[in-house]
Amino acid sequence: MDIPYTTKARPDTGLYNAKVGMWLFLASEVMLFGGLFSAYILLRVGAPAGTWPHGWLNVALGTTNTIILALSAITTLLAWVALKMNQFPRYKLYHALTIILGVVFLGIKSYEYRDKFHHYEIQLADGRIADGHLLKNQPGSDYVVIEGRFVESHADLLEAHPVGKPAEHSEIRIARSQIKKMQNYGPWHNNFMAIYFTLTSLHALHVIGGLLVIAWLWGPGSRMWFTDPARFTNRVEVSGLFWHFVDLVWIFLFPVLYLT
Amino acid sequence: MSDLQPEAYKNYTRRGLYIFAVVLCTTLLMVTVSFVPLGNRHFNIALILGAACVNAFLVAGFLMHLLSERKMIYTVLIFTGIVFIGLMGLTLFAHGDVPQITGH
Amino acid sequence: MQATTDTTPHTGAHRPHAAHHEETGFWRKYIFSIDHKIIGIQYGLTALCFLLFGFCLMMTMRWQMAHPGEAIPIIGPLLAKVLGNVAAKGVMSPDLYNSFGAMHGTIMVFLAVVPLLTGAFGNYLVPLQVGACDMAFPRLNMASYQFYFVGGVIMFTSFFIPGGAAQAGWTSYPPLSLIIPTDGQTFWLLGMVCLISSSLLGSVNIITTIIQLRAPGLTWMRLPFFVWSQFVASFLLLLAFPPLEAAGVMQLMDKVTGSSLFLPTGLAVGGKIAEASGGGSPILWQHLFWFLAHPEVYVLILPAMGIVAEIIANNTRKPIWGYKSLVYSSLALGFISFIVWAHHMYLTGMGTRIATFFQTTTMMISIPSVIILTCLLISLWGGSIRFNTPMLFALAFLPMFGIGGLTGLPLGFSASDLHLHDTYYVIGHFHYIVAPGTIFALFAGIYFWFPKLTGRMMNEFWGRVHFWGSLIFMNTIFMPMFAQGLAGMLRRMSDGGANYSAAKVPGASGSLSGQIMNLHTFILWGAVGLALVQIPFIINLFYSIKNGKKTNSDNPWEATTLEWQTPTPPPQINFLKEPEVFRGPYEYSVPGHARDFVPQNEPDAKP
Repeated sequence: MDIPYTTKARPDTGLYNAKVGMWLFLASEVMLFGGLFSAYILLRVGAPAGTWPHGWLNVALGTTNTIILALSAITTLLAWVALKMNQFPRYKLYHALTIILGVVFLGIKSYEYRDKFHHYEIQLADGRIADGHLLKNQPGSDYVVIEGRFVESHADLLEAHPVGKPAEHSEIRIARSQIKKMQNYGPWHNNFMAIYFTLTSLHALHVIGGLLVIAWLWGPGSRMWFTDPARFTNRVEVSGLFWHFVDLVWIFLFPVLYLT
Repeated sequence: MSDLQPEAYKNYTRRGLYIFAVVLCTTLLMVTVSFVPLGNRHFNIALILGAACVNAFLVAGFLMHLLSERKMIYTVLIFTGIVFIGLMGLTLFAHGDVPQITGH
Repeated sequence: MQATTDTTPHTGAHRPHAAHHEETGFWRKYIFSIDHKIIGIQYGLTALCFLLFGFCLMMTMRWQMAHPGEAIPIIGPLLAKVLGNVAAKGVMSPDLYNSFGAMHGTIMVFLAVVPLLTGAFGNYLVPLQVGACDMAFPRLNMASYQFYFVGGVIMFTSFFIPGGAAQAGWTSYPPLSLIIPTDGQTFWLLGMVCLISSSLLGSVNIITTIIQLRAPGLTWMRLPFFVWSQFVASFLLLLAFPPLEAAGVMQLMDKVTGSSLFLPTGLAVGGKIAEASGGGSPILWQHLFWFLAHPEVYVLILPAMGIVAEIIANNTRKPIWGYKSLVYSSLALGFISFIVWAHHMYLTGMGTRIATFFQTTTMMISIPSVIILTCLLISLWGGSIRFNTPMLFALAFLPMFGIGGLTGLPLGFSASDLHLHDTYYVIGHFHYIVAPGTIFALFAGIYFWFPKLTGRMMNEFWGRVHFWGSLIFMNTIFMPMFAQGLAGMLRRMSDGGANYSAAKVPGASGSLSGQIMNLHTFILWGAVGLALVQIPFIINLFYSIKNGKKTNSDNPWEATTLEWQTPTPPPQINFLKEPEVFRGPYEYSVPGHARDFVPQNEPDAKP
């Protein structure tokens, strides 16, 4: 006795098993990211006025990533459509595009992460704060070089693009003896960075997971097309649903983190 | 979804490109709004999130073909939505409801 | 256990079935099995081991509380040898006590009871009771068990790392959980991520199986109540666990990367301001934790009620009273359970409006609970009751759960909770529900379904010894706790409240009297007694596999549900012929029939 309804739909529900399973799983994912979004809102609403940063993320890169994921959502759909139309080579093309787009997304995200880890806030002994990207930090030397600016207080850093005051960046050399505290913009820096890293890295893990599944279906898993095409098409559809969900999360992540 | 003839899928490509175009425009609109001061910052946020909802609706409705999905799936998702709103709403309600000291 | 010849036409695609034509090796058959029955047994045995381990943790804690500052006999030197300083000279240090306490709760809830209810009983019985050949996703089922196993290993090994296991309660409230200098908390968080993932995948499997794989004729309202209870419990796990996973990820971020998602501004540790960016919200953790942990308690009770319903119907030889009420109450219970969680947080400084909201929903949720209990109770009326061991446990479940449930009411009202929160009253309340409640249902289920797995009965005499001993001693342990809680004894005190006792602070108002403190000894004797009567159970369980009385029947209890209409033990494909269902699950003592039960899949007699 085989497990029924792996390919054909069950008459009273109109669904095949994997589709029910995937939508249930996506419901739980809604709650997972929903929990994190609720945490974000609570942290932001609870932050005292003037302590939540604005404009710290690169909108151009974020927009590019949004467009990349949206495009990959389309190519995923068209990959499934190609199988429905019995066009296997076209399926391979579209899924290859999906994978490439996904990898580019991760590449841009890695670049953004690296950028943050090189961005330092340096509190000096005389009370000033220097803020910018690290250019030189050799262990033996007695100075560091950043490309950035000086500000009077920490509060000045919270608005990255203050109206009327374009940020002028220049090379600044700071003696180590002058440094009271030096910290990069990692999750430890403040709660905005903490929740940004938490949300985006969890999202990135889902992107990686989705890419692994799609790559398997593109490669070794695609052999099933020749033995059981209907079941293979269903697998592609169901993994496509997951990929679309990953895109859906980003559709909310991008404005919430980058634009608001 | 699994029982239509192959030809029925031909116009999926055109539809996909239309959806991409709309999502692209909505995204660019969202980005623009974020840079335009509109008086109250909350108004900006509302517009931006509204645009995000439009994008989400298109992806979920058409790309995940949720608009043509079965009742069983709708039931699960609506229930999930209610539970999610419960989580977010009640947590924020709790945050905002601070005890008032009424002693004289 | 191999499948019989595979002559049935494939309803799915034409895939070659290698497994049907050659013997599967030991590893594929017993360790990496995708058969839901094997996986169910794997879950069962692993979870019972954790149940015993959690019990042992409790025993050492209770002994230490009854004898503060004294070395624990036998176990003390062993702990000193294995764990070193924290158990110096055989005495549990407060830190060790805290880690035992935190892990007792975690292990009992997440590694013992829920895996037994959903992983063992759910996995084994749901496909059988719906007439399917396996779960909807057998390989996912195997993966679920493996995640659970890994999570268990992580939790267990956390005892042996420097600094010890997690020590901030099973609730892991920050900032305490973050500042205790041990990696045990990180292990706890990683273990929880594994366990939550295991549960999520398992829930997807159970729900899909129930929706999609019901046999022809098995409509929703013909499902055994056990299946309904698993369905609702799985939905609770599916939607309530992820926010805790989110919170766990956030606490991991705080612990591993030093972020301050849960650390408030101005936190002082050891007299110094902490090196953290601050701005975090400890309350946020509580909201996300209890959002899971409240539906979790309904996961702990619903499948147990399902087991009890099956056994009561079978041993009263009449249908369960109020099947529809049971089903709708379970659905209502599941829904409302998502919006009651902050009754665990009444003392966090919530405003009156939100407190009133949660108090109202908490009172509302008692209604479906009472309906379910009442239906089960009324089911006894007019029954031909057979007092075998499973039925004894199932019957005792009813008043014990009643006590547990009723004692929850003062906790649900925020006014009375002011006095009772974080006292032993709470411990008494929830243990009554889980220990003589759920665990009794689990015992009942083990005795009941044992003959289906093995073809033999467990020994009835020792079953009754196990029952009476467990009933008496569980009440000995937990009933005094209500008195202690009402007197003001707080939870999680490693010295058992000695610091607040009348002996220590004579004349202080509200100090714990000598009688209240002496109850510790009374409780300890109860715990020892409870431990002793589990020994015949353990021996009975394993001895009867090969030496129990043979049943000579596939259906020794003369039950109506589908799992009894299979060979014993069920073959790999469960049913030799796909069952067709013609009637509801509790057709006992139907007038006009020769036998006093009619199985669900028995065709109607030709007129």
